[in-house]
Amino acid sequence: MATQLTERRKAEKRQTLVEFKDLQTIFETEAGTIRAVNGVSFQIREGETVCIVGESGSGKSVTALSLMRLISPPGKIVGGEIFFDGKDVLKLSEREMRHLRGNQVGMIFQEPMTSLNPVLTVGEQIMEPLMEHRLMTKSEARKQAIGLIEQVGIPRAAEIVDAYPHELSGGMRQRIMIAIALSCDPKLLIADEPTTALDVTIQAQILDLLRKLKEERNMALMLITHDLGVVAEMADYVIVMYGGRIVEEGYVLDIFRNPRHPYTEGLIKAKPVIGRRTERLYTIPGQVPNPINLPNHCYFADRCPYVMPACLERYPETTVDERGHKTACFRCAEGAER
Amino acid sequence: MTKALITVENLKTYFPIRAGVFRRAVGHVKAVDDVSFSIAKGRTLSIVGESGSGKSTVGRSILRLVPKTSGNVKFHDVDVYRLSKRELRKLRPKIQMVFQDPYSSLNPRMKVGAAIGEALIDHGLADPKEVRERVEAVLVQTGLEPYHFDRYPHEFSGGQRQRIVIARALALNPEFIVLDEPVSALDVSIQAQILNLLADLREMHGLTYLFISHDLSVVEFISDEVAVMYLGTIVEHASRDELFAHPLHPYTKALLSAVPIPDPTLKRERIVLKGDIPSPADPPRGCRFHTRCPFAEDRCREAVPELRDVGGGHRVACHLV
Repeated sequence: MATQLTERRKAEKRQTLVEFKDLQTIFETEAGTIRAVNGVSFQIREGETVCIVGESGSGKSVTALSLMRLISPPGKIVGGEIFFDGKDVLKLSEREMRHLRGNQVGMIFQEPMTSLNPVLTVGEQIMEPLMEHRLMTKSEARKQAIGLIEQVGIPRAAEIVDAYPHELSGGMRQRIMIAIALSCDPKLLIADEPTTALDVTIQAQILDLLRKLKEERNMALMLITHDLGVVAEMADYVIVMYGGRIVEEGYVLDIFRNPRHPYTEGLIKAKPVIGRRTERLYTIPGQVPNPINLPNHCYFADRCPYVMPACLERYPETTVDERGHKTACFRCAEGAER
Repeated sequence: MTKALITVENLKTYFPIRAGVFRRAVGHVKAVDDVSFSIAKGRTLSIVGESGSGKSTVGRSILRLVPKTSGNVKFHDVDVYRLSKRELRKLRPKIQMVFQDPYSSLNPRMKVGAAIGEALIDHGLADPKEVRERVEAVLVQTGLEPYHFDRYPHEFSGGQRQRIVIARALALNPEFIVLDEPVSALDVSIQAQILNLLADLREMHGLTYLFISHDLSVVEFISDEVAVMYLGTIVEHASRDELFAHPLHPYTKALLSAVPIPDPTLKRERIVLKGDIPSPADPPRGCRFHTRCPFAEDRCREAVPELRDVGGGHRVACHLV
């Protein structure tokens, strides 16, 4: 516990790098308006790993794409603010935005093959941002690219630099994506399900690599995942999203030891864990809510084992306890005993 | 020992690599290379492995969805590959398969009831008049509602679609179901629902499963026995309890240690394997795992280790065990 508190003090001294304030991102579809991100506020501090957990449709990827301003029609950011390193991201010009992307914020995605250009060598793809943002000459950039390929743990970097993406395995491609994302030494790396498409033994390698690079570069990591195992292994701080809203957030130990939102509790209980034998798995009944017809009350109410009358009347406010653990649930608001 | 429902003996499934103008076979991908096991009635065998291990090809070869190269597959005492087309068709309802992606497994233009009922009529298992009743019953058994009969697949979520696919397999009253990564595409909260459903149906109908998965935590829940595959061969095969308590093969140990555990206080010794899985078109000589094995010795590079029983039915293929 003592170490946890010192960890926390250390964290609090860190500067805020990213701040989301009441972000609202919608998608206009024929069927209606999808509130993909619906009033999301949180911070990422320098050098910190923040994991965003949620199921499909929870808004976790759209939150990250909003920061990069990569939401394209029919999607639209309709409210809120995002600050990166003190700058109001939503007010930047397209030129300034280009400088931010790639230069200060790197991003990697789930499927490395679709993120890489199949007709360019991996070297050319790593060199491009170096020449664009860092104004390097071609030969400087090539040298740097080989160095980066080595840093992401690929042997024979001098040969691989001239390889095409299709010649590489899934794990190697993801390493190349990481090399591209890191080429300009970003302060923040956004990783959207970076290991979901990879085999477990390769996932272990990539997670190790991300941890190592983050330490070496004191880079913040915004890691989007649905896998609570990955969260437990990587996160300093955890954001749990459901139906476009944050339902719970806190330090990783608090979230796993003392999950306060019934959804988080259910997620942790429902995941089969090696060595924890059960005859039946705990299940959360029902389905993820339809993002077009979100109710006016708590989105989780119809699946919640503790549902109370208030839950069906309005959406609960977020309350904070003395440890900084935030929850949007009436049970916590009332200080109900768990 | 109860009698085996499914027996696989020395199964080999090779895919030719064709090149040149005449599309001549220039080599083979040895997707499944000498695999043997049997599954007793009512039991569940899981095959675990990473991509390229050949686990799915084993399932497909058993059902004759891909042709084997050599070896035997027996259902009860019937050699599946000896059957004529017509005889095989008669057998089909008894051996069913559920795939990973419930989106591509269902025809988007076919109502759910028709999709499930079609096979019943086709195989002459139900009178057109009683189809609706039969389908509704199976929908209810898989946790859906009778009125879903008249709905289209797009009206359902991923978890519900997987229930529909399971209902379609179940409607034919099968004895054996190959489940190929049936929960991998689903969200965590939905995965648990489907796994419980599969366990319930197994109990209710005395079903026998071949469960193919890369996820060891899921496998631990559903299986009686587990076989670990690497590059087309089984490297370890034991009862679930034995395999999880005493894994012997270095690859099994590495796989187990690679799975992230949702407990932030846990500090584990992890065996991180170097490199990637080699291409199954050109597998390493000797032990196929030696290129990534942290304990490899000279003999591992030369001789192929035999899969042998080290006691109590625990089979392992490693020189060092």
